Amino acid sequence: MVLYVLKRVLQAAGVMLFVAFISFVLFNYVGDPVNNMVGQEATIEDREALRERLGLNDPVVVQFSRFVAHALEGHFGISYRLQRPVKDLIAERLPATLELVFSSAILALALGIPLGIYTGLHRDTWLSRLILSSSLAGVSLPTFVIGILLIYVFSVSLNLLPSYGRGEVVQITGSWSTGFLTVSGWKAIILPSITLCLYQLTLILRIVRAEMMEVLLTDYIKFARARGLTDRAINFGHALKNTLVPVITVTGLQIGSLIAFSIITETVFQWPGMGFLFIQAVHFADVPIMAAYMVLVALFFVIINLIVDLLYFVVDPRLRIERTVTIG
Amino acid sequence: MALLEVDRLRIEFPTRRGVLVAVDDISFSIDQGEVLGVVGESGAGKSITGAAIIGLLEPPGQIAHGTIRLQGQQINGLPNEAMRRIRGAKIGVIFQDPLTSLNPLYTIGRQLVQTITTHTDLTTSQARDRAIDLLNEVGIPAAKRRIDSYPHEFSGGMRQRVVIALALCAKPGLIIADEPTTALDVSIQAQIISLLRRLCQEHRTAIMLITHDMGVIAETADRVAVMYAGRIAEIGPLRDVVKNPKHPYTVGLMDSIPVIEEENDELAHIKGAMPGLQEIPLGCSFNPRCPDAFDQCRRERPDLMPTGNPNQVAACWKYDGTTNND
Ligand SMILES: Nc1ncnc2c1ncn2[C@@H]1O[C@H](COP(=O)(O)OP(=O)(O)OP(=O)(O)O)[C@@H](O)[C@H]1O
Ligand SMILES: [Mg+2]
Repeated sequence: MVLYVLKRVLQAAGVMLFVAFISFVLFNYVGDPVNNMVGQEATIEDREALRERLGLNDPVVVQFSRFVAHALEGHFGISYRLQRPVKDLIAERLPATLELVFSSAILALALGIPLGIYTGLHRDTWLSRLILSSSLAGVSLPTFVIGILLIYVFSVSLNLLPSYGRGEVVQITGSWSTGFLTVSGWKAIILPSITLCLYQLTLILRIVRAEMMEVLLTDYIKFARARGLTDRAINFGHALKNTLVPVITVTGLQIGSLIAFSIITETVFQWPGMGFLFIQAVHFADVPIMAAYMVLVALFFVIINLIVDLLYFVVDPRLRIERTVTIG
Repeated sequence: MALLEVDRLRIEFPTRRGVLVAVDDISFSIDQGEVLGVVGESGAGKSITGAAIIGLLEPPGQIAHGTIRLQGQQINGLPNEAMRRIRGAKIGVIFQDPLTSLNPLYTIGRQLVQTITTHTDLTTSQARDRAIDLLNEVGIPAAKRRIDSYPHEFSGGMRQRVVIALALCAKPGLIIADEPTTALDVSIQAQIISLLRRLCQEHRTAIMLITHDMGVIAETADRVAVMYAGRIAEIGPLRDVVKNPKHPYTVGLMDSIPVIEEENDELAHIKGAMPGLQEIPLGCSFNPRCPDAFDQCRRERPDLMPTGNPNQVAACWKYDGTTNND
């Protein structure tokens, strides 16, 4: 068990190192960082001095180690465009993104799992068919179309919900600002989180449904029925628990992609999060922000994966046993 | 009064290409504490007869007509909830594959306790004591410790013992065992069968023992029902059916016992194969393969009829109206 966790943590560290390397390459070789920093009229000597000062003349290995060391402390240099430390910019934007992703994930799970169970248990009711066909819309319509549709209906036509921004935010502890403490904050997050969650909701619904249908055909469910256990105990105990491993896998991956997908949603709703920051950075080739964003998103993915791996342990006893003992 | 009475049971599968009759008008009964062996080739309808008795026919399968009575009370057509209370409590079931019959994510103790508390008023801790007793009874060593193990920590034979404990845990009067040893190692099969028989004798539990294995039947059963293409060809006391079979199909079956024991479904002395559900011939379904078939056999379906021996009945025109045939 400890060994398994250790292995996973090492793997995660390896992945992070690889991502750091890519973003390091991006940092140093996409355009000339010196060019990006000095004005038009700098002399060759000025440039050379800056190169030396930035350590750009050091061997690559030294430069990379320095990059990693800085990254570990959260330093990714200074934004070319905004002339502020990337660390501060990200810290300002992180809460908005995480709150959006968090609400979308909760929505996707809170709706996806029950709907998946329902449609898995009651395959042929009209309600199941309705749920399934409308969920198809969730995967087939692009995010921005859904976002714009929602804005058109709820903001423009009905004038119920704001179409952009986070509403009023309240500052708690240092740089963390939350929209969850004001009414306008709650109103503002509704449309973006619905937009963002639809795709994941559909996937979770479908995987729960498919797994449920498969598990219900297994011998141990038949045997549980033959022992006269209640439908409740069978469906929500025996069956549901056996769908959990694949569902956890998919859910974990999907929460990771929520962070990535949020770029589009944040752009549509002018949501002041990291994704929005990233898109702007791309426009202006603001490499430090891009590099930092990449590393951060990778970090989230890796952490979520680690959690998923640990959850497997909680769910499936077959993994907990390092050496299978059999008697007989 | 018999414990279980099945009367003119007919099971159908409506399909797009018409209705398939998988079990056609079968009648039999099982007394308290009696072991009824049910034999027949693959597809004869043994398993779905068992499924119908416990009310778990898989749709689109349905009981078209007939009655199933347990202790005199009709149980087919009961509401789901009433039927659920009978399953496990009054009729236990053992399936073929112990490796897949247990939920891999729950300890065997949890599965036992849950089944016991579902059917009795025992508290969880009383149920746990009962579960430990049961595990001891079915021969799980160190039951007190092993009760908290997961299914994958047991071997196949041990798992089938757990399955038997699960089937017996609410003390049902009848166990339907559908090929309980087919998936097991040959060396373990005999142990499991004798365990099952011993337990059922102690508890006066009747068994409907479905199997391909005449050897198992010969060791265990009190009476034997031979099924062919959805019907019962012959039914009678073990000794009579084995030593003095009446139906030509049973005769062929008994002649080929050594072949069957080698797990070969081909019947050495009967040419051809059992017809599929769509191609069951007019008259006696066995007539194309029957060495003794005559005209009536190709026109009319024989019901079970007396064969001279009062306890042994066969569905064969040879015995029509002849009580003094033997
Ligand atoms: N869902 C279904 N639709 C149509 N026919 C079915 C269905 N399920 C079972 N049958 C048919 O019912 C018949 C009896 O099946 P059953 O499983 O009872 O056979 P069996 O005697 O138990 O055979 P085996 O020894 O292989 O277990 C078979 O001919 C099978 O094709
Ligand atoms: Mg069968």
